[in-house]
Amino acid sequence: MRKLTSAIMTAVVVLMAFTAVLALVLIIGDLIAKGASSIDWAFFTKSPVAPGETGGGVANAIVGTGIVVGMAALIGLPIGIGVGLFLAEYGSGRVGFLVRFIADVLNGTPSIVIGIFAWTWMVKPVGQFSALAGSLALAILMIPMISRTTEEMVRLVPHSLREAALALGYPRWRTSLRVVARTALSGIVTACLVGVARIAGETAPLLFTALGNLNFTTKVTQPMQTLSLQIYVYATGPFEEWHRVAWAAALVLMGLVLILAMVARWVTRQRYGRVR
Amino acid sequence: MTTLPIGPVPARPPSIETPSAEPRWSSLRGVNASDRIYKGVLTALAMTLPLLIIALFAQLFFSALPAIKRFGFSFLWTSTWDPVAEIYGAAPMIFGTLASSLIALLIAVPLALGVAIFLTEFAPGWVRQPVAFLVEMLAAIPSVVYGLWGVFVLIPFLRSYIVPPLKALLGWTPFFQGVFYGNSLLAGGIILAIMIVPYIAAVSREVLLAVPASQREAALGMGATRWEAVWTAVLPYGRAGLIGAIILGLGRALGETMAVTMVIGNRHDISLSALQPAYTMAAAIANEFSEATTATYQSALAEVGFILFVITILVNAFARVLIWRVARGAAVGSKAL
Amino acid sequence: MGASANVRLRLETLRLTALFGRTAAVREVSILFPAHTVTAIIGPSGCGKSTFLRCLNRMHELSEGGWVTGKVLLDEVDIYASDVNPIQLRRRIGMVFQRPTPFPTMSIYDNVAAGLRVNGTRPRKELDESVERALRQSALWDEVKDRLHASALELSGGQQQRLCIARAIAPQPEILLLDEPTASLDPAGTQRIEELCRELKRLYTIVIVTHNLQQAARVSDYTAFFYMGGLVEVGRTSELFTKPKVEQTEQYITGRFG
Repeated sequence: MRKLTSAIMTAVVVLMAFTAVLALVLIIGDLIAKGASSIDWAFFTKSPVAPGETGGGVANAIVGTGIVVGMAALIGLPIGIGVGLFLAEYGSGRVGFLVRFIADVLNGTPSIVIGIFAWTWMVKPVGQFSALAGSLALAILMIPMISRTTEEMVRLVPHSLREAALALGYPRWRTSLRVVARTALSGIVTACLVGVARIAGETAPLLFTALGNLNFTTKVTQPMQTLSLQIYVYATGPFEEWHRVAWAAALVLMGLVLILAMVARWVTRQRYGRVR
Repeated sequence: MTTLPIGPVPARPPSIETPSAEPRWSSLRGVNASDRIYKGVLTALAMTLPLLIIALFAQLFFSALPAIKRFGFSFLWTSTWDPVAEIYGAAPMIFGTLASSLIALLIAVPLALGVAIFLTEFAPGWVRQPVAFLVEMLAAIPSVVYGLWGVFVLIPFLRSYIVPPLKALLGWTPFFQGVFYGNSLLAGGIILAIMIVPYIAAVSREVLLAVPASQREAALGMGATRWEAVWTAVLPYGRAGLIGAIILGLGRALGETMAVTMVIGNRHDISLSALQPAYTMAAAIANEFSEATTATYQSALAEVGFILFVITILVNAFARVLIWRVARGAAVGSKAL
Repeated sequence: MGASANVRLRLETLRLTALFGRTAAVREVSILFPAHTVTAIIGPSGCGKSTFLRCLNRMHELSEGGWVTGKVLLDEVDIYASDVNPIQLRRRIGMVFQRPTPFPTMSIYDNVAAGLRVNGTRPRKELDESVERALRQSALWDEVKDRLHASALELSGGQQQRLCIARAIAPQPEILLLDEPTASLDPAGTQRIEELCRELKRLYTIVIVTHNLQQAARVSDYTAFFYMGGLVEVGRTSELFTKPKVEQTEQYITGRFG
């Protein structure tokens, strides 16, 4: 009897895992099935056409994603890494505990709330939606995320390495940077790539900051389109053509995210075999 | 306390390389300013986090203040949402948020725990890496892509294959009443479930890995089957952490926006039937914020944001405390993208 | 203390007590380390040998809750005086740890040069000379001279430990602290390091912590026996091992406990 229960429960557990994996396979499969046929060179180089017409592409969205995410990374990565280094080097006291706790709590905050915050500070005062505002929102999203993953990576460096440097007469800042952070570099790079991949897919905080733009633009003080925004607008729109584009854009976005995630894993695998 | 007995020692011939008597180094005195600067810079950067959370809180509160003053606590249980008459009540949104999250948890928790247990206890070595990777990839899919899939794949599937049998079986309960048009609480709940499975699974897995092997081995040593060892020894030990993982997933579900707003129907309505359209706080803000023309409208939405913010902070803080008990300090869940 | 005029005292501790929070790990130890000698510190596990060693270059205070009372005099200067900069101090004292810890992201050359660079030595020629000298002194030069810019991780365990020794002596520190340096090495590697000790004492004053009594006998001029945080006996190695003055010492050396 016990054996039977155990066998059944084991089977149940395997079934659960299988179902979860199945969901992923289905979604990615659908993306490819419905989106791949629409992807051609024009898709990457053209901007959207007027509603109802066929053709056109997502060039404006791809470039827009690059700009908005790029600017966000420019602000978010240095600050995030800095906080991560702080937590790893000086974070064992009360201040460190508090900062760590807040980072974890912020990591669970809905991104739309951060969108409201960015709107209030960057859109409302000037009465203008802009890519800058969107970047700010994404940067705020990034900082707590990068902080914790950077800290985790730096903590993996063995304590003995720090001691060896300090015993040589390295000042603490140089130990922290030149020895510890340098050793953890590939891990930190991974953390950054993962963070960038995550915010590249964000939509909610951009809804009323970057807003979206059907035209091609690179002006950061203007509304800008991103892949995520484009997918949202087109998926919820009335035109069949829009739906087709939405699938293709989703495939492109997913491809981007996957590539970043893969590179991140590959970077870690390369180096971490060696660290003692 | 003995000291070194120094007897006569033969004088050593000085070699060229013997250091001379005066120290060749700069004096031992002096302060390292650079260390202080480094610590100062990093501390300043670290302070952005507490500042951020205070700023967020304060900002939302002040934006919400006009609405709070005007509607008071009735905001929480009024169902009317009328921008024309300027009467706002968040009850449908709060209900929808809680209901959709509940449905999501009911579906996601068994799935996620199953995945976590499978990966830590039952999976053979060669299966572990790929499956873990695939589950992590689930977390990498952007919300809007889930929404897209939900609208064009999930909802038609529900309509054709799931809802008719559900109605046939359970149509007499209040939960499956009414006509199913597609966009519904049920669709919202299901899509949320798929989205939070990787988070709960990742955190649960780390919790289970933190359970000492001795627990498992003790049970096995007493003749338990593998499943029994898990059920009686491992799970109870990690119970606090697992509950923390589930609550973390709840926190995620509460704040999910895009996928939900694309499939849930966006209607200010409270209904027990999962087949009816509904609304969540996050979805409402996403939908209506850019169109909020009057100050009161904006303030009402800001208040919704404020309530959402406070709820998610409390839920997340609680979850972290529970997890911290089991896996101290680790950035748990950070691998889930 | 009856010092002979010919022996220069390099390092001396006066009633040194090392604590972790409220617990004393080392109690009131006073010891002299004459210049150009090797002093071995022996004792059973947990007797405070390593903690004591780490007090000599102010590494102990980097541990959680670590602090000291008493004095440590380097050339008559108390290194725990309030105006002494521990970082400057550590550049005068070299330390080698139990496990080899080469910096994994640096080449062999850069590892050895690390201590020099942190001191501000810049000219390439000077660095080259110092690196070569340090590698020759640690008997590693011949094995690595053709691959100075290879990663330090390519060396074997014994070679890495010699690399760490080279790294420690490159800045010419005068005092060398070795904390069980052969604990993770095979017998061949151990032998090389012991030879090194005997040669290096011409240039440096060496304090070596070891749990291996035979090693202490082979390598050191003086030996100090620690037990439960206190210094039990110290004396010339030959005398301590054949005619120890304290009974506890004799019991430890003959293996009655430990």
